[in-house]
Amino acid sequence: MNKPFIMLVDDEAAFVEAIARRLIKRDLNVISANSGDEAIEKIGQNHSLDVVILDVKMPGMDGIETLKEIKKEYPLIEVIMLTAHATVETAIEGMKRGAFDYLMKPCEIEQLVSKVEEATAKKRSHEEKIREARIKELTSRHG
Amino acid sequence: MDNNRDKNYFILFLKNRFLGVLVTSIIPLVLVSGIILYQFYESYKIKIEDYLTTLVKKHKVSIDSFLNEKLGNIRFVAESYSFEELNDSSFLERQLMLLQQEYNSVFVDLGVINSEGIQVAYVGPFRLGKADYSNADWFRIAMENPQYLSDVFLGLRGLPHFIIAVRTVRDGKPWLLRATIDFVAFNDLVENIRIGETGFAFILNRKGEFQTKPLYNINPEEPPYPLFMNYKGTKEVLFEEYNREALGKNIYVAAFLKGGDWLLVCQQMASDAFSVFFEALNITLIIILIGSIATVFMAYVRFKNMSLNIDRAETEKQFMNEQIIESGKLASVGELAAGIAHEINNPVAIMVEEAGWMEDLIADGEDAFVKNKDEFNRSLKQIRTQGHRCKEITQKLLSFARKTDSRVQKTQLNDLIEEIVAISAQRARFANVELQVRLGDIPEVDISQTEIQQVFLNIINNALDAMDKQGGLLKISSRLEKDFIVIEIGDNGPGIPAPNLQKIFDPFFTTKPVGKGTGLGLSICYGIIKNLGGEIAVQSTVGAGTSFFIRIPLSRVSP
Repeated sequence: MNKPFIMLVDDEAAFVEAIARRLIKRDLNVISANSGDEAIEKIGQNHSLDVVILDVKMPGMDGIETLKEIKKEYPLIEVIMLTAHATVETAIEGMKRGAFDYLMKPCEIEQLVSKVEEATAKKRSHEEKIREARIKELTSRHG
Repeated sequence: MDNNRDKNYFILFLKNRFLGVLVTSIIPLVLVSGIILYQFYESYKIKIEDYLTTLVKKHKVSIDSFLNEKLGNIRFVAESYSFEELNDSSFLERQLMLLQQEYNSVFVDLGVINSEGIQVAYVGPFRLGKADYSNADWFRIAMENPQYLSDVFLGLRGLPHFIIAVRTVRDGKPWLLRATIDFVAFNDLVENIRIGETGFAFILNRKGEFQTKPLYNINPEEPPYPLFMNYKGTKEVLFEEYNREALGKNIYVAAFLKGGDWLLVCQQMASDAFSVFFEALNITLIIILIGSIATVFMAYVRFKNMSLNIDRAETEKQFMNEQIIESGKLASVGELAAGIAHEINNPVAIMVEEAGWMEDLIADGEDAFVKNKDEFNRSLKQIRTQGHRCKEITQKLLSFARKTDSRVQKTQLNDLIEEIVAISAQRARFANVELQVRLGDIPEVDISQTEIQQVFLNIINNALDAMDKQGGLLKISSRLEKDFIVIEIGDNGPGIPAPNLQKIFDPFFTTKPVGKGTGLGLSICYGIIKNLGGEIAVQSTVGAGTSFFIRIPLSRVSP
């Protein structure tokens, strides 16, 4: 399996940076964004993104809105919500809107990595199925 | 205080209700009783009039017939026997005896008087002998009429009596047969007429002289007797009610006797005649009195109870209000705590991750410290930075929470505003709201810090909720206006629609979804500010924003 390609989105630059460092060390391909807008913009430039780790509470475009936007444009990309205790409800709201899972901040890095791997696997298996279906379609048309 | 005013209002209300009940229950009682009594009085009066009229008529007839009968008796004697026969004393005596036998002792004596007025024969107890009546008034009148009934007078003997004389003609010369009628016997006839307890009868002549002895002392000169005596009409029976101070109200019924010469008067005290009526009146008055006392008592008890209940409800309301303020305080503290927790969570997460990063590096090998010295330094620096951040947050919180004392104390409102702004800054950032604070030069005021904090916090929280996501500008300013400090908290959020604007200070009014808002925040603010003797007002334009104006008096005027 290729390295999971993920994006960290949080308005706390220091937090993004610390997490990114640790994930990179665990052999993940990581880019980061400090706001919802920036995240959407960067996804546009990185179509091969597998997972977005998204803070629920951000000034400007918040987690839920960003999630909606991502799911609308890129339904295959999996989203893991990061939340503080007080915003668990928002995270659940996010799950209903298609998020893969949520984690409470601060979280164990191993837990985060395993969630990311699960999400990546799911995303890639989806992609695989879609590819197979396309091939089947193509072959059946020519055969 | 508001509560006292409410209470006074209730007491006034109760008093009015109390009077209302009295008026509506006692007035009908009095009216109905009065009307019934009046009707009863009127019909009873007619009954009494009828009764007395009948009585007087009956007696008039019987007295008249008594007199006529006596006349008839004497006429019979005069017609039956000749002048000569009667001149014989023994014959006359025998006639008197017969009359007395037949009619008890009504006839006292008999006398025969010739045309010259000389009594030629006499039998009776008085030994009048040959009395000369030629100069007596009665003799002249008797000679001119076929028969004569005198008034009662003191005759020659000085005893009250009246006489009956019958004129007969002998040889062209008239003579009289005269009889004296026992006054006592006649008097008894009239005196025996008794009506009720106070009613009695007597006879007056036209000159106002008593013909019979009245039971009680009366003066025939006084009204209404002259009224009767001067009566020239044709009514058979006269009826009069007359009120004399000494005697009270009396009813007088009179009828003329003896061809109009005499007047039979029956009189009775009204109180006696109307005794049945007065009895009914007394019973009615007692019933009204008892009824009124019962009504007053019951109404009093009921309203006393009601007032007690209102007092109790008032106390409960007071207690509830306090509880609501307390729970409102808890709710806003809870909201605050959630904000703080979130705010503090970020630096904590960063520290955890930095620590984790250092663990990661150490896990790589023994020489990690040497190899990654810069990394370690950077991480430690970051941890320190985030630790300071945490400290700032906790200090903000502490300076806010230190004011748990709800006592009234000298407070600089500007300081309080700054603290609240600091504590709300993070929330404002997430809501994309810019906070703009402009504090004027204001003096300290005596105020409960926890209470006023709650007011500011509630309004600012509401503004942030209103502007959440869309973002906006929240302006907080303080200034001095005469004797008031004016705090203005204005946002440029969506505004409040007019129908809601009227209700925002009502308890339990909220536009937030169920479970999100208690609807108590602003009503608590309202209560707090009113208690300070201040005012809280709101201005809002849909689409342009909402401003709250809080006016706090410099010196607490006890309301």
